[in-house]
Amino acid sequence: MQHALLRVLAATETEPVKNPLIPEIYDIVWSIVPFAIVLFFFWRVILPRMQETLDARAEKIEGGIAQAESAQKEAAEALEKYNVLLAEARTEASEIKDKARGEGAIILAELKDQASADAAAIVAKAHQQIEAERLAAIQSLRSEVGQLALDLAGRVIGDQVKDSKASSAIVDRFLADIEKNEKSK
Amino acid sequence: MLNGLSSLVLTAGVEFHAPSISEFFPDIVLFEGTPFAMNRIMIIRMIMVIALVLIFWLGTRKMSVVPGRFQSLIEMGLDLVRVNIAEDLLGKKDGRRFLPILTTIFFLVLFLNITGIVPGFNIAGSSVIGIPLVLAVVSYLTFIYAGLKKHPGAFLRNALFPPGVPKAFYIVVTPIELLSTFVLRPVTLTLRLLMNMIVGHLLLVLLFSATHFFFLGFGQWFGYVFGAGTLAFGVAFSLFEILVAVLQAYVFTLLTAVYLQLALAEEH
Repeated sequence: MQHALLRVLAATETEPVKNPLIPEIYDIVWSIVPFAIVLFFFWRVILPRMQETLDARAEKIEGGIAQAESAQKEAAEALEKYNVLLAEARTEASEIKDKARGEGAIILAELKDQASADAAAIVAKAHQQIEAERLAAIQSLRSEVGQLALDLAGRVIGDQVKDSKASSAIVDRFLADIEKNEKSK
Repeated sequence: MLNGLSSLVLTAGVEFHAPSISEFFPDIVLFEGTPFAMNRIMIIRMIMVIALVLIFWLGTRKMSVVPGRFQSLIEMGLDLVRVNIAEDLLGKKDGRRFLPILTTIFFLVLFLNITGIVPGFNIAGSSVIGIPLVLAVVSYLTFIYAGLKKHPGAFLRNALFPPGVPKAFYIVVTPIELLSTFVLRPVTLTLRLLMNMIVGHLLLVLLFSATHFFFLGFGQWFGYVFGAGTLAFGVAFSLFEILVAVLQAYVFTLLTAVYLQLALAEEH
């Protein structure tokens, strides 16, 4: 370093050395030209391109965030809607269930009533029939037994009981006695 | 003794060439005698301008939202200026306004500095006063323009007569402010860059020509020992020059941004 400077100083004595602080015209020219070219280039070409890319990037990021937000909002809305529908469906279902239960109970009660009514009717009818048959049987039995008794009595007595009216009265009395005896037993 | 050493000629015929300032004024090879005269340093400048344009043009030709490797690198470089210098110091709005100037200064200085260690070029395009001077003038005019535009009446008054200072002190303060703001700023910008590049180049030339001399001119064991030493230093300083190249580009741009910030911020 020192050598160099001393050499420089030595050189100044022998040959005319240019002062590095005094610019040459061509030096200034060839400094302005590169500056102008590079300035124009960055100003008009590179930095706008860069800005465009940065803007696109920012937009994409912001767009992505907005999209995510709207998607989330939509999802939340859908969830809410679904929940509302679900709740509605649940209440409806329980209503239907209740209604069905009530209806079922009514139907069941109706059926029971009907059945018991039917049964009662059948029983009543059966009773009636039995009564009728019994009466018929008693009637026929009475007349047949009366006839038999008369025949038998006639044969035993040998005399024909002619007076049917009187005979039937006898028979009736006789039967009433029998019934009385049966009942008293 | 030093003179003796510098003109030392040995039997092998290898002479020690100490670097001199005329390194920075090589012979004119094109357009001699016109304002467009070119020596090899001017040619190096234009080659680097073409390289810069080409690299950035290719790097931003098909920009995608998700960048590839090359685009990432370009974006990283642009973001260094945009985020770390412009937006940091000037804010989003003014940062964007002055971004073209700042980006241009940074990359022009960087590309012209780096040729100091590019094999074949071996001299920084910014080691001749034109580039540092023109860029310092640009920086100077830009911050004055910014100040005048933002505070049309108040900029010069605030710069020269800082408010809050007792009137009597203006006798001292005003000349200091005038000197520091309007004279020293461009001068220091110019000289800092210029001298860094000149000294860096001289140092490398010194080390490598010494290596050359020691190996080929001196021979013998101590010649090789000294030569190995100067070679090692030369390599180390070449790496150091990369740092200096980036650092000086950054400092130049940062100071321009700082001057802009001061011009824009003065509100009273």
